[in-house]
Amino acid sequence: MATAFSTAKFSTQPFPLNPTSTTSHDSSIVFARPTSQFLGSTRKFRLTSSSKFNLSRRSKTVVAVSDVVKQKKSKSSPSLLITKEEGLDLYEDMVLGRAFEDMCAQMYYRGKMFGFVHLYNGQEAVSTGFIKLLKQQDSVVSTYRDHVHALSKGVPARAVMSELFGKTTGCCRGQGGSMHMFSREHNLLGGFAFIGEGIPVATGAAFTSKYKREVLKEADCDHVTLAFFGDGTCNNGQFFECLNMAALWKLPIVFVVENNLWAIGMSHLRATSDPHIYKKGPAFGMPGIHVDGMDVLKVREVAKEAIGRARRGEGPTLVECETYRFRGHSLADPDELRDPAEKARYAARDPITALKKYLIENSLASEAELKTIEKKIDEVVEDAVEFADESPVPSRSQLLENVFADPKGFGIGPDGRYRCEDPKFTEGTAHV
Amino acid sequence: MALRNIIGKRIGNGIGLVGRRSLSTATCDVENRNSKSMNLYSAINQALHLALETDPRAFVFGEDVSFGGVFRCTTGLADRFGKARVFNTPLCEQGIVGFGIGLAAMGNRAIAEIQFADYIYPAFDQIVNEAAKFRYRSGNQFNCGGLTIRAPYGAVGHGGHYHSQSPEAFFCHVPGIKVVIPRSPRQAKGLLLSCIRDPNPVVFFEPKWLYRLAVEEVPEHDYMLPLSEAEVIRQGSDITLVGWGAQLTIMEQACIEAEKDGISCELIDLKTLMPWDKETVEASVRKTGRVLISHEAPVTGGFGAEISASIVERCFLRLEAPVARVCGLDTPFPLVFEPFYMPSKNKVLDAIKATVDY
Repeated sequence: MATAFSTAKFSTQPFPLNPTSTTSHDSSIVFARPTSQFLGSTRKFRLTSSSKFNLSRRSKTVVAVSDVVKQKKSKSSPSLLITKEEGLDLYEDMVLGRAFEDMCAQMYYRGKMFGFVHLYNGQEAVSTGFIKLLKQQDSVVSTYRDHVHALSKGVPARAVMSELFGKTTGCCRGQGGSMHMFSREHNLLGGFAFIGEGIPVATGAAFTSKYKREVLKEADCDHVTLAFFGDGTCNNGQFFECLNMAALWKLPIVFVVENNLWAIGMSHLRATSDPHIYKKGPAFGMPGIHVDGMDVLKVREVAKEAIGRARRGEGPTLVECETYRFRGHSLADPDELRDPAEKARYAARDPITALKKYLIENSLASEAELKTIEKKIDEVVEDAVEFADESPVPSRSQLLENVFADPKGFGIGPDGRYRCEDPKFTEGTAHV
Repeated sequence: MALRNIIGKRIGNGIGLVGRRSLSTATCDVENRNSKSMNLYSAINQALHLALETDPRAFVFGEDVSFGGVFRCTTGLADRFGKARVFNTPLCEQGIVGFGIGLAAMGNRAIAEIQFADYIYPAFDQIVNEAAKFRYRSGNQFNCGGLTIRAPYGAVGHGGHYHSQSPEAFFCHVPGIKVVIPRSPRQAKGLLLSCIRDPNPVVFFEPKWLYRLAVEEVPEHDYMLPLSEAEVIRQGSDITLVGWGAQLTIMEQACIEAEKDGISCELIDLKTLMPWDKETVEASVRKTGRVLISHEAPVTGGFGAEISASIVERCFLRLEAPVARVCGLDTPFPLVFEPFYMPSKNKVLDAIKATVDY
C-alpha cells in the first residue's frame, strides 16, 4: 500500500518540483517589505496584487531552496558536500544514536529500564542532519522518540541513560524517563509524550528569539528553533494552528516532519487526505520541502537552507523527511503490521551504511578510521550504562519537589521538613 | 469478588429500535449460564461485538481500532462489521469526539475510543461544551445520547506522566454527561452495553491495569447492568469504604487485613460516578457511621471530595469520625515514584484504623 508514496519522484529529488518559481519568493509570499513593525499580522492586504498573490501562491507546490544551493549543484566539477571532519562528525553522531538505542533495547529487556520506550533506529539521518547544524543556544523540541535528538543536541549519553534508568543523575533527575528529556544547558525543550504538544511550545520559543532581536535590539540573537514531529501529528489541530502562527509572525522556526509512514499501526496513507505533507507549508504561506530522510547529506543540505532562512529572519519552513523506523513503535509493540518487503526496502537504505559508503568512496575516510569511531562509541555507551547503574535512585522527597515554584508551597511542611518525612504522609493526603 | 445477583426485568436487546434509543434502566439476569472465563479486554470486546450486532447504526472509531487497538479491545470488529463501521481516525482527539457528537446527533450510536485517558484533554472542550450541553441548548430537538467515549485510565505500573492519569473528576463536574467506571470483566461488559444504549452521552473509563490481570466468569449473552446504581460488594458494620475501578482490588485487600483486626468493612463499588447513587452510600453510612473514600486521582478536587461533602450534608449527625480520603498525592503522576504515590493497601489500612479509632 505504500507504493504510491515511495515512487522515484519523491525519494530521489529533494529539490523543488518547479524550480522556475523559486526566484523572488519573498515578495510573493509576504505582504510587504519587512519593516520595523514586528508582527506581520498588522499589515494590510495589498488589494491590487491580491489576485496575483493568490494565483502565484497556489501554483507554488514546493518553494524556497535558494539559488545558492542550486548553483552548487550545477557546478561542472563534482564537489563534495562535506569535508572530512564534517563527515566523521556526522558518522559519529549517527553511530552514537544507533548504538545507544540498541543498548536501550537490551537494557529494557533486562529490566533495567521500564515504562514506554520508543526507539529511533533508522531515523538517525534526520536528527544528525538537522541538529548538527545548530548552535548551543538554538532550541530543539522533540517527541517521545527523543533519545537521539537529545544526544545530537549535546546532552551526554550518561545523562540520557541515567534518566532512562530513573536515577538522580539523569538529565531531569529521573522524573521524566524516556519520553521527557529536557536540558536547559543544551536548550532541549523536551520530549513530549503527547503528539503535537511540543509544536506550540517551539513556536513560543521561536517568538522569544525574534522578540529579543527586534524589540529588545539584541542584534546578534539569531537563535532558531527546530520542532520535530511525525506524520500522525500532521493531522492534529495543534500542527495547523502553529503553522499559521509561525507564518503570520515570520518566526525563526523550522518544522521538521519525520514521516516514517506509520503511527503505531495506522498507515499515513490511510489516515491522511493528502499524504504529501510538504504541501501544507505553502498553504500557510511558508515553503514546504520534501527530502529523502534516509540520506544524511541530502537532509543536511536542506537543513542548511531552512535554518539559514530562519536565521536571516525570513520566516519558517516546513521540511518533510521521508524516513523509516526499523523497530516497532515502542519496545512493547510487536510490529506485526508492517509489510516485511517495505521494511527490507528501507533497511537497504540504512543511513549509516549509506554515509559510510559515501565517505569511503570519496576517500574522505578509511575503514580503519570508521572502525575506531565505532569502537569509541561502544565504549561511550557502555560507560553510560555503568554510570547509570551506579547512580543513586532519587530520594522520596523529590516526589513533591517542583510541583509549584515555591517548594515551601508544597513539598516542605511548616516545620521545615519535607512532607514525606512526616509520619502522616503514609495516609496519602498531602495537604498544602 | 462476591457479587450480589442483580435480578430484574429482561428486555429486548435493541433490534428494531434504530430510530429510538432503548432505556438503560432495564436489567438482565446475570446468572452464570453459558459463561466463559475471560479478562477485561475480552469482555469489552464482546460487549462491542454485541453492540454493533444489535444496532446497524453503531460505529466504533478511534486511533488504531482497526487492527484491534493497542489494548486489543476492538479485535475482530473491523473484520466482522466492515471498514465502514469500524475505522481508524487520524490522530486528533478533538476531531474524534466532535465527529462522534455529530454522528450521535443524527441518530447513530457513536462509540469513540480515546487511546489513553491522558489524551482526552484536547477533546475536553468538545465533551464539556458540546456533548454535555447539546440536548439542553437545542431544547431537546437534538441530542448526542448515542455517544459513548471509551478510554483506558489509571495506573499501569510503568506508565509515567502521560499513560496513567485518572481524569474522572473533571468530567464529573459537567452536568449533562455520565461517567461510568467498571471494576471487573463481568461488570465491564454489562455496564458498557448499558452506556452504549443509554440516551445520554457517557464517558466510560476502563482500568487499564485490569485489562489482562482481571479474569472472571463472564456470561456470553447480551446483558446490561443498571447505571447510577452502586453495589455493596462486601457487607460490614464498622466502616463504609467507597471506591471504583482498579482501586477496589486494593481496598478489598485492605478490608481482608482489617478483618483480622476485628474491623468489619463494608465495601461499595460506585460504578457510575455521575450521576452517583447517593442513597446506597447513605444507607451504608447510616449503618456504620464511618466512611472512607479511595481513588487514584490526586486528592484535592478529586471525586472523593464530592462524595465526602454529600455524605456530610446528609449524615452529619450519624458520623462518628471525619470522612477519610486515601488518594493519590497532589503531584503529576510520577514515573519512578509510582508505588509511593499510589493509595496503597497499607495507606488504606492505616486510614481504616485511624477512622475506626477516632
